[in-house]
Amino acid sequence: MKSLEELKAIREKTKAEISLRDDKHDFRIVVGMATCGIAAGARPVMHAFVEELNKRKLTNAAVTMTGCMGMCRLEPIVEVIDQEGNKVTYVKMTPEKAVKVVTDHIVNGKIVTEYTVGAVTD
Amino acid sequence: MQIYRAHVLICGGTGCTSSGSIGLMDEFEKCIKEANIENEIKIVKTGCFGLCAEGPIVVIYPEGCMYCRVTKEDIKEIVEEHLVKGRIVKRLLEGADAPEVDTSAEQTDFFKKQYRIALRNCGKINPESIEEYIAEEGYMALGKVLTEMTPEQVIQTILDSELRGRGGAGFPTGRKWEFARRSVSDQKFVCCNADEGDPGAFMDRSILEGDPHVVLEAMAIAGYAIGADKGYIYVRAEYPIAVQRLKTAIKQAKEYGLLGDNIFGTDFSFDIELVLGAGAFVCGEETALMTSIEGMRGEPRPRPPFPAVKGLWQQPTILNNVETYANIPVIINNGPEWFKQIGTEKSRGTKVFAVGGKIKNTGLVEIPMGTTLREVVYEIGGGIPGDKKFKAAQTGGPSGGCIPASLIDTPIDYDSLIKIGSMMGSGGLIVMDEDTCMVDIAKFFLEFTVEESCGKCPPCRIGTKRMYDILEKITNGNGELSDIDDLYELAEGIQSSALCGLGQTSPNPILSTLQYFKDEYIAHVVEKRCPAGVCKSLLRYRIIADKCRGCSLCARHCPTNCISGEIKKPYVIDESKCIKCGVCMEKCKFDAVVRE
Repeated sequence: MKSLEELKAIREKTKAEISLRDDKHDFRIVVGMATCGIAAGARPVMHAFVEELNKRKLTNAAVTMTGCMGMCRLEPIVEVIDQEGNKVTYVKMTPEKAVKVVTDHIVNGKIVTEYTVGAVTD
Repeated sequence: MQIYRAHVLICGGTGCTSSGSIGLMDEFEKCIKEANIENEIKIVKTGCFGLCAEGPIVVIYPEGCMYCRVTKEDIKEIVEEHLVKGRIVKRLLEGADAPEVDTSAEQTDFFKKQYRIALRNCGKINPESIEEYIAEEGYMALGKVLTEMTPEQVIQTILDSELRGRGGAGFPTGRKWEFARRSVSDQKFVCCNADEGDPGAFMDRSILEGDPHVVLEAMAIAGYAIGADKGYIYVRAEYPIAVQRLKTAIKQAKEYGLLGDNIFGTDFSFDIELVLGAGAFVCGEETALMTSIEGMRGEPRPRPPFPAVKGLWQQPTILNNVETYANIPVIINNGPEWFKQIGTEKSRGTKVFAVGGKIKNTGLVEIPMGTTLREVVYEIGGGIPGDKKFKAAQTGGPSGGCIPASLIDTPIDYDSLIKIGSMMGSGGLIVMDEDTCMVDIAKFFLEFTVEESCGKCPPCRIGTKRMYDILEKITNGNGELSDIDDLYELAEGIQSSALCGLGQTSPNPILSTLQYFKDEYIAHVVEKRCPAGVCKSLLRYRIIADKCRGCSLCARHCPTNCISGEIKKPYVIDESKCIKCGVCMEKCKFDAVVRE
């Protein structure tokens, strides 16, 4: 170790890896992973989220899972919850849509209205 | 960089290891592989979470769920339910029998009142990964000290923080460093006392197991402050996991250049060596510890000269306890003013206690100084099992004393404890309920001191043995009132003439039980009776003829066949053969057997 900078670089890198253990996330991305969700393809959707966050080195969002919300016909369902508890429910998700949710919603704070539950239910 | 969506933290501390946490790791790996999610989940072995009574413990992030008493059989369910489907396995959570289950560990009563400084990384990082320690601000304090501060400024910071030694006596750490800084010598040493010997105390072990780098970093800081380039960690060989983690940590720190020559490109060099102790209690005493490092038999020597002047190999040496060191880097990083906000005016910061005995949540807790004993016992500790009455708490191990129920609202800090005849000690806290005999407790601690006395000075070698003999006499029912006076006289003599701190404090358990529970001593001596029903020689089991239905159940279970009688008629106990095991009382369905 020759300088403080070197130490800081290691810190930043590892901090990102273990940031999951902090409770401070700007967003929680909750993927419905009950039988209905998995059958509708929730697993690749979740992979897409994890991969996209990885690719963009985003550590302010945690990907977690949940069970069935009861709207099985709209699965895969993904909810994005911010720190204030505001929920956005995306339905009929695909890996491609997941990428867009990350870029628009997580990065730029813009809700992708056309994927949300309100846009699709009728 | 790989981001995982979930981290599974498995406790690898001694407590959980002995309840089987090591096998859990393989099982998790296997189940996660079977579920095909091995690229999404990271498994980490960590240090102690503190709730040892409920081990093995597994914590899963991001939810922060703490699963307790996890067995191999549970893992499939945790993986399939929690990791695959996102459904928390509530039956395994801490406090799962309560009506409202808290799914995050921080929300439970056990953690809510705690303030973790020394234990901040325990159970959070992988102790065998220097990178994870660095991510949690690790070695930042060392970097700051070496590149931005003079040794005098470092000492001033520690002085300003008013940190006091966590090993027992509570001597101001900054003052100790200052003395060693002022001593002139070519060679100085920094030592770490990890020879934790108080019965029941294990906070140092947990820090070494859960966050070993913090000790290395703090020792290097101390080395810079006093002008030493060599450190020794004296750790007991009975802590194999701690020893192994320390070895790993030292190796990693050397690889990263955080120990060794020219750290951070400065001309400061520092190296640390491990010395294993053979488990003698006296080697926790500073002069004995250093004698032991020198390769001689661990015996104390008179002070002064104090170690800061003439310590290891006659050179100026500082010796701090593991928990003290664990506070140093945070104080450097956050500043002394931050540290002073925590705790009380004379006792800043927090203290870790190993809470044991008659309490629900046995384990490690770190509380701000000044927290009352009531909060520790009833809120964090969860109260006493079986709703028995709290009788006393023993702090400070064989050097400390007891706090009776009447003083349960005493704030826990150095001076309040001294004032009521106990002491902080290294942080063992043993809770006793109404079934504990205080004379017996005093005898227990004294037996420990007698066994562990190094034998160098007569007051400790002979005096403690004589005190033990008197207690033995009292608990056997042969005590006389003059014995109590003799105890006082012996205690006074030992306190004023023993060579080291361990000898001088050895009468404390007797003196404090005499102070608060003299009536129990009197009951043993005068009435030949043990009020708590512990001292066997003073017990008598008797069958109340009116209540006995003559079912013969007691007689059939008596191991010495000392109960006889005719079916459907009252039975009798032959006291000459009775060994007072209490089986008859336990088995009787009609409460006809009484203990007197």
